[in-house]
Amino acid sequence: MAEEKKYKKPIPRMDEESKPFWEACARHELYVQKCRSCGKVFYYPRSFCPEDLSQDLEWVKCSGKGTVYTFTVTRQNQGAGFRDNLPYIMAYVELEEGVRMLTNIVDCKPEDVKIGMPVEITFEDATPEVSIPLFRPAGK
Amino acid sequence: MSIKGKAAIAGVYEHPLRWAPHKTQYQIMAESARGALEDAGLTLKDVDGLFTSGVGGMGIVSLAEHLNLYPDYLDSNSIGGSSFVSHTGHAAAAIAAGYCNVALILYGSTWSSDRFAIGTGGGAGSDPPEHFESCYGPTTVGDYALVAQRHMHEFGTTSEQLAEIAVTMRRHASLNPLAKFRDPITVEDVLASRIVSSPLHLLDCCMISDGGGAIVVTSAERARDLRKKPVHILGAAETCYHTSAGVRDLTNAAAKQSGPKALARAGVTHQDIDMAMIYDSFTITVLVTLESLGFCKKGEGGAFVRNGRVGLGGELPINTDGGGLSSNHPGMRGIFLVIEATRQLRGECGERQVKDCQLALCHGTGGTLGLRHSGATLVLGV
Repeated sequence: MAEEKKYKKPIPRMDEESKPFWEACARHELYVQKCRSCGKVFYYPRSFCPEDLSQDLEWVKCSGKGTVYTFTVTRQNQGAGFRDNLPYIMAYVELEEGVRMLTNIVDCKPEDVKIGMPVEITFEDATPEVSIPLFRPAGK
Repeated sequence: MSIKGKAAIAGVYEHPLRWAPHKTQYQIMAESARGALEDAGLTLKDVDGLFTSGVGGMGIVSLAEHLNLYPDYLDSNSIGGSSFVSHTGHAAAAIAAGYCNVALILYGSTWSSDRFAIGTGGGAGSDPPEHFESCYGPTTVGDYALVAQRHMHEFGTTSEQLAEIAVTMRRHASLNPLAKFRDPITVEDVLASRIVSSPLHLLDCCMISDGGGAIVVTSAERARDLRKKPVHILGAAETCYHTSAGVRDLTNAAAKQSGPKALARAGVTHQDIDMAMIYDSFTITVLVTLESLGFCKKGEGGAFVRNGRVGLGGELPINTDGGGLSSNHPGMRGIFLVIEATRQLRGECGERQVKDCQLALCHGTGGTLGLRHSGATLVLGV
């Protein structure tokens, strides 16, 4: 049973820049960064602000809510972890915090996903250390 | 300092094969080099600038060794399929600056016979942004599909309009003896083909073939004394678009930045362009690129590609060779954009010749519109 459930998709690599992000995900919390120097909120995480290179950054806890900016229902992918889970929904979700992140929409039939649809965060525990942020239709 | 009028394409060659399991990419490049140099009336010993992509890390040095060259200028700018369009602009600048005199641009690939599933193989990338993406299953087709879906939502673009692009490419390919797919298709055929990643059907996607080609660029003065009518490099520009730290508008492509610059550098406007080579990795790539370049307003690409406007005989014929959708696409097809535009400007295209072709625009796209991509625009003229 454990063998069937083994996570086969690529596991994000944690490094100095991304560690706080993934540690928060492991706690099932989504954070993005805000630059204290210029106010820019950005994703994906970096160790510097991509607007002015400042390292005076703060982590902002996200509400976990957003809307679907765009999506695609992928029906062909030969890669490990994906070929046994077709079709799947890949999407950009626009967070309430104003940034868009690539993700999957889960707990949703392919024919039901719509641009503008409200979604909320959920997490998949890939390993004991790494949880992947995903989104599902809000209110489910 | 402008490059306009300083350099010209003196030789081009498209490798005739679309399936070459018995050849290496280096063989394809060497054969293409021979073809382009013969076309120009030059020899290998004349070459002092070398440009290529698709050979990995220091591969250009191995290529120089394979050809027994000691170039004064090397450039393996690797930005995906647009690389060779970029190389042409870079070659003109190098020649204008006096860094080399005869630039040889080479491409060769056996990705089809290698069974390399470029479009749908997935795979984990290792660059910083990719650590936040690979886990979600991005594929080349899927990444472009994200843009198509958004474009349909914002502007009402339809699958039928995208299909018109595929149909036009196939019509052009039927006039190109080297094209891989030449049997006509209809809009209905495209819509009936299976969905690979919604809303893109199989026939919205380019093929995977083997192949390659070569381009020889020299100074304008030198080109005048060679075999063929010189095709002048009038303007070039490039850039890359990406996720913009989380706020990018997916319906804008890099062409928005490089297109106007290349045209301005050439001192021409959209109306002056007689034909265009628009990278067609997918039907949506063509539509968004035409909008971003400014040939039509944003959101109007669907209407623009209908009623024969972008077909031979229309207002702006594009991809007269049949494109990556129907002629060839060995993984990166930028070199063929420049080769076909050159042939059109020389009047060498026979049945698929655009009448009175004096100005052509090439725009290459590398990577994926949905995640990150490069754009390189080139304006050529006779």
